Amino acid sequence: MITIDKVSKHYGNFQVLTDCSTHVNKGEVVVVCGPSGSGKSTLIKCVNGLEPFQQGDIHVNGTSVGAPKTNLSKLRAHVGMVFQHFELFPHMTIRDNLSLAQIKVLKRDKDEAAEKGLYFLDRVGLKAHAHKFPGQLSGGQQQRVAIARALAMDPICMLFDEPTSALDPEMINEVLDVMTELAQEGMTMMCVTHEMGFAKRVAHRVIFMDHGKIVEDDSKEAFFANPRSERAQQFLAKILQH
Amino acid sequence: MEYQWNWGVFLLPSAVNDGTYLDWMIAGLQTTLLLSLSAWVIALLLGAVVGVLRTVPHRGLSGVATAYVEMFRNIPLLVQLFFWYFVLPELLPAAAGDAFKALNPIAQQFVAAMVCLGFFTSARVAEQVRSGINALPRGQKNAGLALGLTLPQTYRHVMLPMAFRLVVPPLTSEFLNVFKNSAVCSTIGLLELAAQGRQLVDYTAQPYESFVAVTVAYLMINVVVMLLMRKVEVLVRVPGYLGGK
Repeated sequence: MITIDKVSKHYGNFQVLTDCSTHVNKGEVVVVCGPSGSGKSTLIKCVNGLEPFQQGDIHVNGTSVGAPKTNLSKLRAHVGMVFQHFELFPHMTIRDNLSLAQIKVLKRDKDEAAEKGLYFLDRVGLKAHAHKFPGQLSGGQQQRVAIARALAMDPICMLFDEPTSALDPEMINEVLDVMTELAQEGMTMMCVTHEMGFAKRVAHRVIFMDHGKIVEDDSKEAFFANPRSERAQQFLAKILQH
Repeated sequence: MEYQWNWGVFLLPSAVNDGTYLDWMIAGLQTTLLLSLSAWVIALLLGAVVGVLRTVPHRGLSGVATAYVEMFRNIPLLVQLFFWYFVLPELLPAAAGDAFKALNPIAQQFVAAMVCLGFFTSARVAEQVRSGINALPRGQKNAGLALGLTLPQTYRHVMLPMAFRLVVPPLTSEFLNVFKNSAVCSTIGLLELAAQGRQLVDYTAQPYESFVAVTVAYLMINVVVMLLMRKVEVLVRVPGYLGGK
């Protein structure tokens, strides 16, 4: 589904990603973790071309992200993305947030888009809030809306960029529950997250990054039981103390 | 010598018998309003376009927009006015220059003043619009793009609606400035409010009354603008965001 092949990226002299290669199979849930500044967010943004990269290539469902002739808008329309800061559109109601891209990108008519939006809103348990504006919802609710907004586009895979990092601790679980459900339904997912509990429960594979490199790329059992690199061992030791 | 106050001066017939002096002031007020409002329309339209262009990821376009802004906001308004009124008609292709000169003198002054004020203010509006766009969280643009919207669609539906809301207060200042700057246009002979005030002094030797009237008229205009813009602010308020409920 997603193939990342020897991707490197730099801003001027600063190397952000070095020779990153991995893949996500259909129906697989891959968690990407690592210390801040390790390049995990950058890597996931490369997958749908929000961040350009200088070397290597990424293919999503056979389409090259790096090729200049690729219609990135078309590719992104089917790759759902959820951001750390939700990024709902504050001037639109929840209903309109869910409909906008369905109407403008997928050319669905208004009623169909609204119906589809409400269906996914219901699935994340927020149907009653359709008429509200994002600013009137809690962070956890906003993030669930953001997930519903991505799902309404019928994505072939979902990218999560630290979806719970900006949330109060009590709201993290409501978002993780939605993600877990999604994974159980067989959605292909790539998740940048520090939620190791989620990784243990849901992930098939774990990728560990450090200084722009993929240091570990293993099944979750192997990763948690016995990380090969010293850096990953340190990371896990620190993070799992709590 | 004691100053002789005479507020009745406004009701006297003018020296050239074209109504009262009050009629002069009203004519000046109308010219100021018409000039400033039409310049404001130009400024808003051009400023919005230039401001957006300054933020697009295309070097040529943003370069042109930057040059535009720097030119129009770094040359004194008075110099720009003289350029539009005295110089440009000579530089235009003969047909266009002649067409301009064939207008009656008042129309020539008005057009030059309107275009001048409009362009001058558009550079300032453009900067406000740009700052509004840059003030948005970076993720908003990414969120629009990630949903498959094109960059123009993302500007149109995601970024600009919020950016314009953010810049309503600074745009209010620019709107007020247009009316105040319009007084400069009296220097090319356009009989707007300030010029009528000065003319009234020449004819009646009642400077205090005249300038008090002009001052009050400008204040009134700007009170109305402020109230209007406050209404706009309330109208575009987003629930749960930036002072909205």
